[in-house]
Amino acid sequence: MPSITKPLIPLSPLPKNDLGLTIRDYEGQMSTLCAGCGHDSVTAAIVHAFWELSTPPHMIAKLSGIGCSSKTPTYFVRGAHGFNSAHGRMVPIATGAIAANRELTYIGISGDGDSLSIGLGHLMHGIRRNVKLVYVIENNGVYGLTKGQMSASADIGSRPKKGEANVLAPIDPVTTALSLGATFIARSFSGDKEQLVPILKAAIAHNGFALIDVISPCVTFNDHEGSTKSYKFMRDHEVKEVETDFVPIRTEIRAKIPTDGAIEVTMHDGSSVRFRSVPEGYDPHDRMKVEEYIRDRQSRGEIVTGLLYVDESAKELHELNATPASALAKIPYASLCPGSAVLASMQEDFR
Amino acid sequence: MEPTNDQDPSYYHKVVDCQWACPAHTNVPGYIRMIAQGQFDDAYMLNRESNVFPGILGRTCDRPCEPACRRDRVDGQPVAICRLKRVASDLKGDISDRLPVIPSKKNGKRIACIGSGPSSLTVANDLLPLGYEVVMFEQFGKPGGLMRTNIPEFRLPDKVLEDETQVILDMGVDVRYNTPVTSLRALLAEGFDSIFVGVGAPRGKELDIPGRHDEVDSHIFIGIDWLESVAFGHVSSIGSRVLIVGVGNTAMDCCRSSRRLGGTDIKVMARRPREYFKASPWELDDAEEEGVGIIVNHAPKRFVIEDGKLIGMEFDVLDWDPGAKQSTVLRTVIIPCDDVILAIGQENAFPWIERDLGLEFGDWDMPVVDKATMQSTLAGVFFGGDAAWGPKNIIWAVAHGHEAAISINNHCSDVDLNDRPPQGMNLVSQKMGMSEWSYHNDYNPSPRQKMSHVELTKRFESLDLEVELGFSLEQTVHEVQRCLNCDVETAFNAPACIECDACIDICPVQCLTITSNGDEADLRSRLSAPALNLDQDLYVSAPLPQTGRVMVKDENVCVHCGLCAERCPTAAWDMELFDLQIPYAASANFIRIGAMSPSGASRS
Repeated sequence: MPSITKPLIPLSPLPKNDLGLTIRDYEGQMSTLCAGCGHDSVTAAIVHAFWELSTPPHMIAKLSGIGCSSKTPTYFVRGAHGFNSAHGRMVPIATGAIAANRELTYIGISGDGDSLSIGLGHLMHGIRRNVKLVYVIENNGVYGLTKGQMSASADIGSRPKKGEANVLAPIDPVTTALSLGATFIARSFSGDKEQLVPILKAAIAHNGFALIDVISPCVTFNDHEGSTKSYKFMRDHEVKEVETDFVPIRTEIRAKIPTDGAIEVTMHDGSSVRFRSVPEGYDPHDRMKVEEYIRDRQSRGEIVTGLLYVDESAKELHELNATPASALAKIPYASLCPGSAVLASMQEDFR
Repeated sequence: MEPTNDQDPSYYHKVVDCQWACPAHTNVPGYIRMIAQGQFDDAYMLNRESNVFPGILGRTCDRPCEPACRRDRVDGQPVAICRLKRVASDLKGDISDRLPVIPSKKNGKRIACIGSGPSSLTVANDLLPLGYEVVMFEQFGKPGGLMRTNIPEFRLPDKVLEDETQVILDMGVDVRYNTPVTSLRALLAEGFDSIFVGVGAPRGKELDIPGRHDEVDSHIFIGIDWLESVAFGHVSSIGSRVLIVGVGNTAMDCCRSSRRLGGTDIKVMARRPREYFKASPWELDDAEEEGVGIIVNHAPKRFVIEDGKLIGMEFDVLDWDPGAKQSTVLRTVIIPCDDVILAIGQENAFPWIERDLGLEFGDWDMPVVDKATMQSTLAGVFFGGDAAWGPKNIIWAVAHGHEAAISINNHCSDVDLNDRPPQGMNLVSQKMGMSEWSYHNDYNPSPRQKMSHVELTKRFESLDLEVELGFSLEQTVHEVQRCLNCDVETAFNAPACIECDACIDICPVQCLTITSNGDEADLRSRLSAPALNLDQDLYVSAPLPQTGRVMVKDENVCVHCGLCAERCPTAAWDMELFDLQIPYAASANFIRIGAMSPSGASRS
């Protein structure tokens, strides 16, 4: 833990966003994670994304479960709403919050333990309901908070710091989400903000559940020789063939960027995601092809990163349930809960 | 860009803005930390090593360090470096046992110093410990040069001046008071091994406009001559209405002295607008606080003399174009007055140097002096202080004195004058444990402490009442914490970096970036925060091991909080104390003896 709080420097010449805020206004408390933890870089990427999008801090809600990853919402956007829930239970809490107030931007931070072991059932249903939530998995392949046991995302043959190599097959959140019908699937690396920040911005703009699996090395328990989730391993095995840019709405109005042949996806809010480059024959709308490509690369020992699949046509939770356009939380109580007489008459309809 | 050569002391030295800006390269953060810990003797001695006169400079320095101070770029107010120096001086105890030991056996070399101002005294200070005999010629009856004659006692008390000059004279200087040197030829004939000319710039500039010489008795004075007369008690009063022509620091001393000698309506007359004044802003503030009027855009036209008596001065009132290059005269105005003091600059004057000695004079009738060695074209004759290149200030005179002493030592040892010992450095890690440093790394938001002054009602009672009271203990405690410890440097070891971005994310001023290399202009434009201050260097690392990118640091507003090093999992970043090793005549001697004769025997 650092000896001091990151000081605020009066004249430090930091640029301001459309709201007149500097990036320092999107920070949170000092991180108590290990020095060099990948999670802190993910935190910084989230700070960048929200600052660049000029999202008002009070219009953000950040949620998490339990684990090193789940501590991180404390470290970004101190002005946002937040809920630190029980282990693996971030999705149900988020679903409730989203149902009640659809006007906020929701971001959930989870880890490979929180998401792929104890919380896997909830994750699946979050995908199934297509709740409008940015779901970040800070994936390091170990249970860091309990001293480095291999997690459900550890690859076969990956060696822990002490003890035997892992023999169990990993659960890959990306292919799992593909098979469950997720509408926004990306993988990135904490050591690569140039890729991660645009993906986060696209995820925030996405109309539905946006899953981002971020390989985020654990410097203390999983950054050694023999690990498949170390900084070095990622730099040696990462394949960045799918490259995207996020284009905010206002940029589009100002300048027409040439789009010769590039795949462009218009997001729900009018912004767009442009695929700068994809492998020959790759189609980020074709679930089968994407999975085939990822599995092919996996079999060669390579880790594909980028915004891999996106479907902006699917309906999210509120659209599926035909709820009112305004937040339920803002509907006057008398209308929201019209009383037992109305309930009785409704029940009568089902008899 | 090429990787930064951090083995060159000048890279880290430049990061310590105050030390870099100080002509004598005083280790400012070092002595401020000592003050913070109550080590006043140590702080004083660290100062004395480089600037020789901490007590005097703590009151009178032109403070080139303060505009350079990084704190100015961080919260708009530099650390009160000069006033902290005074704290060290005021609170020091007896330091006599820490002064250099003067060998009883002399080395047989005799040096003449002309003048007993700061540059001459520095030469003596540096050479006496090496066994030199120093003979100092002083035209007046007391030592100190312009420090005594031109700085009024209400700014620099006699005792402070006396103490710090006496310390050097007590090292064994043979001072010849009331002995102006009238002929360099005659002095050369006395067979000194070397001569140092530290006579200052003793002639005040004249203002030859109509009426200047029409008075019967004299009410028009040359500023520095007048201050000198005041200093020696020859002048003890002045008329009630006084005009000071000129707006440099001498003008400030003249107007404030006038205020104490009977002047009640004092105006400082400036030709140009305020932003072009030569006076230090704080001296202007002090003068205005004492009720002195500062009148801008008035160019002197003539002295108004009636019946041989000065009754006023006529001025052109000017209108300047933006940038104050061209002016037009709007009208003229006569301002009545009893006395006028001319403070429009100083000049050098060397009537006592014969022009056929081989000592060349160049432009403006100034001696030709080598910038590095301080030597004139006559071997063995050296210049320093204002005598070398015209009026500067005390701290420059001290810096010249140090350099001249090295040259004189070389000259007397038959060593090439350009064979000068290089600067060196020590870099020592300040890590004491996990997130624990040997220095106070937290940023303290205290504002700059304001110097308290003697009340205006009491201030004019006597000429020698010091106006500034010095910092209280509480003010000192706050002010020392404002120093950013720029000498605790961020040192980077590229091979250890795993490019985890932790340092970049934690930096409170976004001064770090990992990116692909490029030329400087390109790099400056694509850092975490654009590097717009071109006076401040970029640090560029060697290529990083995993991706071949480079670590770039913009030195501009780094607050040396050490968070990058605390967040670094591999200790690629470390906070290391930079100690500049400044060569002096004594260290030159030491190095050369070591190199030339392992036995350590002294040279002839």
